[in-house]
Amino acid sequence: MILDISFIGILIGSIMASSVPLILAASGELITERSGVLNLGVEGMMIIGAISGFALMVITDNLFLAIIGSMLSGVIISLIFGFLTQSLLTNHVATGLALTIFGIGLSAMLGKNFVGIPGKDFPILFESLKESIPFFGPILFGHSIILYFAFVLPFLTSYFLKKTKLGLIVRAVGDSPTSASNQGINVILVRYCCILYGGSMCGLAGAYLSLIYTPQWIENMTAGRGWIALALVVFATWSPIKVLIGALIFGGITIMQLHMQAVGLRIPVQFLSALPYLMTIIVLVVISRDSRKIKLNTPTSLAKIFYKEK
Amino acid sequence: MYKNFLRYLTSVIFLLGFSASANAEFKVGFVYVGPTGDHGWTYQHHEGRNAVEAAGIKTTYVESVPEGADAERVIRQLAQSGHDLIFTTSFGYMDPTNKVAKEFPNVKFEHATGYKREHSNVSTYSARFYEGRTLLGHIAGKMTKTNTIGYIASFPIPEVIRGINAMTLAAQKVNPNIKTKIVWVFTWYDPGKEAEAAQALIDQGADIIMQHTDSTAPVQTAEKAGVWSFGQASDMQRFAPKSILTSIIDDWAPYYVERAIAARDGTWGQQDTWHGLNEGMVAMAPYNSAMGSDLVKEVEQLQKDLASGKAHSFTGPIYDQKGKLLVAEGKVADDGMLAGMSVYVKGVEGDIPK
Repeated sequence: MILDISFIGILIGSIMASSVPLILAASGELITERSGVLNLGVEGMMIIGAISGFALMVITDNLFLAIIGSMLSGVIISLIFGFLTQSLLTNHVATGLALTIFGIGLSAMLGKNFVGIPGKDFPILFESLKESIPFFGPILFGHSIILYFAFVLPFLTSYFLKKTKLGLIVRAVGDSPTSASNQGINVILVRYCCILYGGSMCGLAGAYLSLIYTPQWIENMTAGRGWIALALVVFATWSPIKVLIGALIFGGITIMQLHMQAVGLRIPVQFLSALPYLMTIIVLVVISRDSRKIKLNTPTSLAKIFYKEK
Repeated sequence: MYKNFLRYLTSVIFLLGFSASANAEFKVGFVYVGPTGDHGWTYQHHEGRNAVEAAGIKTTYVESVPEGADAERVIRQLAQSGHDLIFTTSFGYMDPTNKVAKEFPNVKFEHATGYKREHSNVSTYSARFYEGRTLLGHIAGKMTKTNTIGYIASFPIPEVIRGINAMTLAAQKVNPNIKTKIVWVFTWYDPGKEAEAAQALIDQGADIIMQHTDSTAPVQTAEKAGVWSFGQASDMQRFAPKSILTSIIDDWAPYYVERAIAARDGTWGQQDTWHGLNEGMVAMAPYNSAMGSDLVKEVEQLQKDLASGKAHSFTGPIYDQKGKLLVAEGKVADDGMLAGMSVYVKGVEGDIPK
């Protein structure tokens, strides 16, 4: 392996790019789960975001509209989930699974006419700086605006949950909806908002794939990333910063194992392929050993249906 | 009215048992491993199905069927619902196809890229994609500046290994310094992962990207990075107009139409088909003018020779990685050896995943 410093910079840059959809989707789902709602429809919302973003890009030729549209589509599809689980009090797990299956099917149907259309170049920021500064250039510069947003998002999420009143309300609703309701908080409304926010982030994560990462539409192009995002939230014990770490480790080892293969290291390839999953779990379990913190972060009422007493 | 008719029909079928299926409308079923919109492997099979439909034969298809237990269920479902001929279009459907074939002796099965024909109602068919890979290898050997060819491989099955070997042998012939770097992604279809694999190979110095996976992500990555690439299964030129030198195109349509008509007319018999450039099951997309007219002419000649049998992708002497002679000088590998190929030839780096 060419282990010079500028090569490592390029490597880190591509690791960051690959972890963006995981960070976005997991950060959104984290808020949803902290409010006590388990939405297993992440994969479905991502794929809907991917096709909506791509379709809007083709129709309007405007990337800004495409990004906003993908988030809106995530909001709309998560609204279905919200209505079912919050207003009709259906089971979270079953409804979420149905949402994923529905999303994959619907996206394939919507996308029929968009297969085989090449995507557009997404604007890259500070491209000249990327080339001119060794090591730090490819890490800090030459990315899309969405990537910068994704890397700020976990910190914003953390701040929101810990330091703001609204964050406190979300946590209260997730921990003890009955007490929160008795305090005069509209539990259902808060949960609706968290579900819709989660939907918008998943939609954006999907659009990142179809507009920026692999600019094209093909069926099922999220290829299970929604499920990995879901697992990340749990293994990161509902901590936004650990979600970021987990996503980077997952992306990092995925890319590293490809490089190890390309170099021809004599390690069984199946082991290398399993490595991202293994390492992410191990690292997150190790850094999340503090049981007091886990108790503090885990939404106690996760996936429990809330009946408002009349 | 319609419902009553259906009821009547089902009871008739029930009473007459299997003989009824012969009287019912002739139907052909297709099982796909990916979505019809993958613009690669499944897309081309779907084009074949469209041709069967155009020939006036009714067809149905099931897409994105995972290899394994699900496949068996889907194949059985098609057999039960009155399909007379079923094409199962992925290597991993081999055992499920044979298993279901045993239960439905009156239904005919066609399995793509496999080698098991355990019952008289199972045929196998495949294309000699390796002939296309030989052409890619020749082009790659001439076009590379870094002498490094990046190869994105899916699963360690003979089909994929044969492609790697054919490409490497052809590239070595025109450029003895060539190195083939291989990345196994263990998926036929994951655009994100395929793009990452392509990027890793480019970062490791490959200036030619070749894929044995089905999405267009690798050629797009190559286009962005400014290196050469080759399309897989269908003409992917418009996804990477500058980067793509040519694509290997799978053309299943004539075979599908021929077999469907044979099955309908009762002339279908078990066979093992392996067609290549000669029969047109493997075709090449137009060559990129960036190759230069001399190289294009050279490759076109080689294409003709491969088709006519004057040239063969696996002409001896061929050695394995340890230097053991596989094919003697002046001989060519026979089909049995090609079908079961499970070792790399000399010059390929790394081990085959076991």
